[in-house]
Amino acid sequence: MRVVVDLNRCQGYAQCCYAAPDHFELRGHEILFYDPAPSEAKRSQIERAQQACPVRAIEIEPAGLAEGDEP
Amino acid sequence: MTEVQRLGIVVVGASLAGLRGAEALRDRGYDGPLTLVGDEPHQPYDRPPLSKHVLAGELPPEATVLPQLSRLRARWRLGQPAVALNRERRVLHRADGATLPYAKLLITTGARARTWPGEGADLAGIFTIRTLEDARALWSALACRPNRVIIVGGGLIGCEAASCCRDLGLAVTLVDPNPTPLARLLGTTIGATLAERMRGAGVDFRPKTKVRAFSGEAGQVRRAHLAGGEVLETDLVIVALGATRDTGWLAAAGLAADAGGLTCDGACRAISIAGEPDPDIYAAGDVARWPNPLYGDRPMTVEHWGNAVDQARHAAANMLASASDQIPYRHLPSFWSSQFGLNIKLAGSTEGADALAVVQGTRASQRFLAVYGRAGRTVAALSFDQARWLPAYAEAVAAGASFPPILGATDQPRIEALEPGLPGPRRSPDRGAAALETAHA
Repeated sequence: MRVVVDLNRCQGYAQCCYAAPDHFELRGHEILFYDPAPSEAKRSQIERAQQACPVRAIEIEPAGLAEGDEP
Repeated sequence: MTEVQRLGIVVVGASLAGLRGAEALRDRGYDGPLTLVGDEPHQPYDRPPLSKHVLAGELPPEATVLPQLSRLRARWRLGQPAVALNRERRVLHRADGATLPYAKLLITTGARARTWPGEGADLAGIFTIRTLEDARALWSALACRPNRVIIVGGGLIGCEAASCCRDLGLAVTLVDPNPTPLARLLGTTIGATLAERMRGAGVDFRPKTKVRAFSGEAGQVRRAHLAGGEVLETDLVIVALGATRDTGWLAAAGLAADAGGLTCDGACRAISIAGEPDPDIYAAGDVARWPNPLYGDRPMTVEHWGNAVDQARHAAANMLASASDQIPYRHLPSFWSSQFGLNIKLAGSTEGADALAVVQGTRASQRFLAVYGRAGRTVAALSFDQARWLPAYAEAVAAGASFPPILGATDQPRIEALEPGLPGPRRSPDRGAAALETAHA
């Protein structure tokens, strides 16, 4: 699965780091480091992080998207 | 069947703006044919990490593929750049000779890294940072532990690259003609704070000079010759001289396009050389130069992530609206950059700023929020590790508040107006005067 954080919106509240500590990490005062390609098995944890974000900065690819796309 | 239903919408440029634009078309109910044309062979990927975590070796380049937020049901034509546009016949010519008809076109071709323009350009060991291939090649070269990296250009990309090289424990020299890093973007007053931080991290920062030429041995770069005559030994060079907009393929299209961008009207419709908007061609992202109502309709190109997303969504909405329902695009430019352990964020445009004030925190602590003023109005807000204060000040910028805005806030220092120290406009003719310092972050 794919994740992207809008770092213009992110204000470093670090709620994602509590919800999904394996995937989001705060460096220094407010640099967010995250895994943009976590395994599908971690989806529920990542979705929890998305819900916990007070500024709604986390975007996640819905499951099963590629269908319907022609190569 | 309408023309749009039959021929469909073609998006030229399959990076962030193209992807978000295509998604917005579907989200808004467009169900006709949709084709994305990209010159790179990859699915759309995120560029900001390439000069940050990818360069530092913390993320593999291929991890940057962007999430697709809605089902596109699109035809992807990747690895086949558009080479020409014929507006009379409504077709796009691709590099493989194929033609692609369109009813409506969204142009999101972005920009290309400016390569080393001087002597020594053909030497091995000289890199740019823009694409996945750039990042891959540079990462492999850095992994061979060069003795000294030379970075040409102290803009966002140059500074981020310098930071990553120091994280890797590599010796790095940054050469820039201005007195401080990020001088064109943030001015020399704030730039001096960053210079201090950068030197504290071990970067050999060489201001007020230029690289005149590179020379090498056996085809590999070995020396940088500075303007003052000094010669620096090096075995890896990163050229961070900004980008030129990818408009070459529009040369014969009769549109107002040059290396500074494709000129659009307020609704993001491309303007023809006759000065009329083409009702079926829109542009968004790095390539689009449009009159921004937030800055008195000054033509702007904004080469930042947030604009690629917002403008593409806006242009998509206008593409599906009737001619009488075209909504002008208002945008507060913003970017972030992480370097030397600092999170730097800007909201607004510092162009032409004549005043600067620190309104939260202190420069001495390297943790502060500063505002830029122009002719008595607040035009930009800058955060060094003070992101939580930024939205309030960004709102003041968007509202055109007087300078400085927000007086008497909690923990506010005594406000004194400083000179921002922004250099004058660039002389090089291929850059639009209104172009922001280039970066993809």
